[in-house]
Parts: sequence; structure tokens; C-alpha cells
Amino acid sequence: MNDAVLRVEGLRVLYDHPVGEVRAVDDVSFSLRPHERFGLAGESGSGKSTMALAILRLIRPPGRIDGGDVWLDDTRLSSLSDDAMRKLRLAGIALVPQGSMNALNPVLRIRAQIADALGDHGTLLSRRETDAHVRDLLGHVGLPPDVADMYPHELSGGMKQRACIAIAICLRPKVIIADEPTSALDVVVQRQVMATLARVQEELGAAVVLVGHDMGLMAQFVDRLGVMYAGRLVEVAPIGEIITSPKHPYTQMLIASLPSLERKGMMQGIPGLAPLLRDLPPGCAFHPRCPLAVARCRAERPELRAVAAGAQAACHLA
Amino acid sequence: MQLAYIARRFGVFLLIVWLAASLNFFLPRLSGQDPVRTRLLESALLGGYVHAGLEDMVKEYDRRFGLDQPLWRQYVTYLSATTRLDFNYSIANYPRTVRELIAEAVPWTVGLLGVTTLLSFGIGTFLGALLAWPGAPPWMRWLMPPLWALHAIPFFLLGLILMYLLAFQLPLLPIFGGYSAGALPSLSLGFVWDVISHALLPALSIVLVATGGWALGMRGMMVTTMGEDYVTFADAKGLRSSTIFLRYCLRNAILPQTTALALALGQILSGAVLVEVIFGYPGIGALLFQAIRENDHFLIQGIVFTVIVALGLATLILDVVYPWLDPRISYRREA
Repeated sequence: MNDAVLRVEGLRVLYDHPVGEVRAVDDVSFSLRPHERFGLAGESGSGKSTMALAILRLIRPPGRIDGGDVWLDDTRLSSLSDDAMRKLRLAGIALVPQGSMNALNPVLRIRAQIADALGDHGTLLSRRETDAHVRDLLGHVGLPPDVADMYPHELSGGMKQRACIAIAICLRPKVIIADEPTSALDVVVQRQVMATLARVQEELGAAVVLVGHDMGLMAQFVDRLGVMYAGRLVEVAPIGEIITSPKHPYTQMLIASLPSLERKGMMQGIPGLAPLLRDLPPGCAFHPRCPLAVARCRAERPELRAVAAGAQAACHLA
Repeated sequence: MQLAYIARRFGVFLLIVWLAASLNFFLPRLSGQDPVRTRLLESALLGGYVHAGLEDMVKEYDRRFGLDQPLWRQYVTYLSATTRLDFNYSIANYPRTVRELIAEAVPWTVGLLGVTTLLSFGIGTFLGALLAWPGAPPWMRWLMPPLWALHAIPFFLLGLILMYLLAFQLPLLPIFGGYSAGALPSLSLGFVWDVISHALLPALSIVLVATGGWALGMRGMMVTTMGEDYVTFADAKGLRSSTIFLRYCLRNAILPQTTALALALGQILSGAVLVEVIFGYPGIGALLFQAIRENDHFLIQGIVFTVIVALGLATLILDVVYPWLDPRISYRREA
């Protein structure tokens, strides 16, 4: 495990709520090797985006990190001072924000938004050096150099997302967390943005955590996939294995719901709704929707355990 | 492109001024009052005897002020005079011209209200931004209740209280006027201090009241801005707290405040009536008050026109400056 660049161990995130604490992320552990692309999939409310923010220690009240550790190489993030953690963001772990977000400041030119990031991390460059660096970064993500002088409202959705990627890689981070980077983009642009992300990742040799709900996108992009349900990881396995032989019933139904070119017929969904995090069912959180559930599932919560080589699942039946 | 935009805005400004000037001309004439006759009758009654030649005098004055001409000719004369900033003689202060009176009063008002408006905007906006900022020192939270309590008090009332405390009970500051009676206006240090000490009380009452309003507005905008995605992303970029506060939060939250500031600056000529009357300040508000009491139509017209031009000018400046503050507002015409 020592070759891992990023290790998440038993991470928990709580939200204080009038009816009590809501556990948005519960005891999640995974690790990333250098260059690896790891996917975190799950439906809305499964805690995947909260995970992304928790790794960066960016959970704001009423939320808080309730336990667990995140290690970047040999640095334990929870032991860092606020200022050391600030410097580690972007330089060590960078975030590519959701595609549907207005992640760029509307009143600053793209150059200024990149220069802010460089300056606040102690990279003091002259005007000319900054210009050259910005041009270089924009070139890396496939944007023409005159984008540096533009404001965010002058860019298309795909260009904005490329600009965000340019910001994310400006300090050559070891880990890039991409939180649904292509939501709200059409499929053509989505493909281009993902190709850009893949290219800069290879150039940098960074590891990527891709957060999302699009299983098709995951299948094309990641090496290994973790599936989240109700704040917990229910399955982690190499992507090929998950697609061909998923172990957890939730993953099985998720895969079965993907449209296929070979099969024709009714689309299959997963019956029922995701449970409320503040009112989780006892035992396995998935048992009310699970067609295979037995008595044990209602009483005892399954832990994530190895079920095959390199594959883990949290299911009594796996 | 930019030049065409400014030219277009300037055209709109001229249109507004012309419309206002026309309203200013026709509205008083719709009232059916005859200012000259009223004025002369008042003087005659004060004198205590009936003037035999009153009708002749009315005719003579009507001729002198051009009031015997047909309406359209009066209108044309009025418009051409207005473009020359000639508002005729003041009826109450004859033979002084309206322009002279306004020119004397404007610097006092602009000095007092301009400085206090900018001051309260600056202090209030910055305080409001800090009040919303989690990283601000905790004692700042104690500032909020007194600021808002002060904001709820009408400033002329606060002015009276301050006057009672600081000029009457503790005679620290002069109670009345723009400068000491008998002082000769000059650029000497003594006179400048005299003017400043006279301005302190009215200025204090305006600043204390207005700051709370600016702070309240800014705090609300800050809270909204701090929830924006780009602030979260700025955090994820590992920016310094001060960078996020100034360049990402304050810079965006201040935009609606600027609009309000331009309008407030445009209104300073008309908004100061109560303060100036209470403190006997020789500004345009006090002049307007006096003109209305004395039925001085030409003076009222002149002041109203000046106020309209000031408001139009403030809006014009805002229109020209705003695209520079917020690049999303483009100079280009929407296609």
C-alpha cells in the first residue's frame, strides 16, 4: 500500500441537521496509485461530491469531517495547519469543478484567475513570464492564447471547463479530483473535455479521481471504479470486472440499466428511491430495493471485504 | 464601439433633460396661478393700502418677464434661455438672478452631501462586507445592532439630538449656519476650519444614519456572493483568504452597491432639504425650502432643473462606467 499517492482511510462526514446528525460519507476507504484513474460512481445524494470536498478539507458548516484520514504520499492532511492545507490545495490536490457550475469569477479575465492561483502559492512571476505560462497552460488544454484576455461569459461551456482544467494543472498537482466535470455539457463536448483531461493527466503523470454518475463515461475513462450507495462504498473493482461481473446487487442493477446495442427491449431501472441519509434502514442500506435480500441483510450491515482478486464488495451474498 | 455607446447614452441624457425642462415649464402653468400678481398683491397687502396702479404694474412685470407672450413663444424663449442656464430673476430676491443664487448654494450642498455620501458608502460597504465574512474579528458582530438602530432613525431627528448634545449641552461645535456670522469667506486656514467645524454636526448625523443602510445592503449581497460556485472553486484553488475576500467576494458583491451610489450622488442636491433647514446650512435644500415658502417660481424652476440635470448626469456616468466594473454588461448593442 505504500506506493499509493492518495489514501483515504475511514473518512466520515457529518451534517448537523435539526433532526440529528446526517452521515453523508460513512467510513469510506480507498487508495490511488500514481497515474491511476479511479472512478467514484453513485446516484444523487450518495455522498460522492461530498467525498471530493472532504478530501480537500473544504466541508463547510453545518457539515464537518467526523473522522478518518486522508494521506497524500506521507502527509496526513488532518495534521496540517489551515495555511499548510491551503497551500496543498491546487499544488498537491487540484479540483476540476462540476461542468454546470459557475466556477469562474465573472469579473476577472482568465489570465487573472490563473495568475491569482500562481501568486497565492508563492509562484511570483513577472508579467511576461505569467503571460508565457498562461499561454502554455491554455495550449495544453486546447484553448487559443487570446482566451487569456477573455471573461468567462465570453466562453462556451466546454471552453470554460477547459479553462478550469488549465487552472487545475497550473501547479502540476499529484492528484486531480474531477467532480462531474462534464455535467451540463453535450456529449460531443463531453468527449472532448474528457480527452483533454486524459491528455493532461498523462503529461503530468497525475492520478485522477473522477466523480460522476455516468457509468458509460466511467467505463471509457477509469481504471478502477468505486460504487457508492447512501454514503458508503459498496463495491470497488477494476472497471472491466465491474462491467462484466459486478458483485453487489446494486452494481448489477446499475449495469443492467445501461442501454445496450445488442439487447432490445424495455429499459430496466432500479425500483424504489435512494433512502434518506437521516433515516437509513437497518442492516444493509440497499435491502429495501434489493431483489435478493435475505433476513440477514435486514439485521446486519455488510462490511466491504475482498470477494475476488482486486475486487471488494459490501454484500453478504457476494 | 465604445464611442457610439457613449454618444447614445449622451443622447438619452439630453432627451431626459429636455423632457424634464418641458414638464418644468408646463406644470406650473397648469396650476392657473399667476406668480407676479400673487406676489404684488402680497406686497400691497403688507403695505396696508390698495394700489391704484396695481393692474398696470402686473402688466409691466408680465411684459418684463415675457408672460404676455403666447404660450409657444414663451416656451421657445424658455428653452433657449435654459440652454444658456439663464433661469431669469428670482422673484423674491430681485434683482439677483436664479443662476447666481444656485451657483452660491451648490458648492455647500455638494461639499457636505458629496463628502458624507462617499464617506458613508465607503465605511458602510466595507463594514457590511466584513460583517458577512466568517474570518472577520468576532467583536465586529457587536457593531451590527447599533448600526441598524441608527439606520432606523430619521437623520433630521438624529441631527436634532446631536445638536442638543454637542452644540447646546456641551458647546463643542457651532449650532447653525455654514460659517460664523461676520466671518469673511476667504481661503485662510481659519475660515476653512470654521467651515469644517460648521459642517461636522450635519455631516455626523448623515454619516451615522446612512452607513447602516450601506452596510445592510452590502452584507446581504456578500452572503449571496459567498455562496457562489466561483467562491468555492477559489477555495479549492488554495487562494489566500484575503484574495478571496477582496477579488472574488467583495468585487462581485459591490456591483449593485455602485448603482445605488450613483443614484444617491444624483440625489444629493434634492435630498438635503431637511438637514440643511435644521442646521441652517446655506445649501440648495435650504434655498429650495425658502423658494417654495416665498412662491418664487423662477427659483423653484431653476433648482428643479438643476436637480434633474444632476440625476441625469449621475445616471450617465454610471452607464459609462458600469461596463468597466461588470464586463458582462457590454458596450455592444444586443443583436
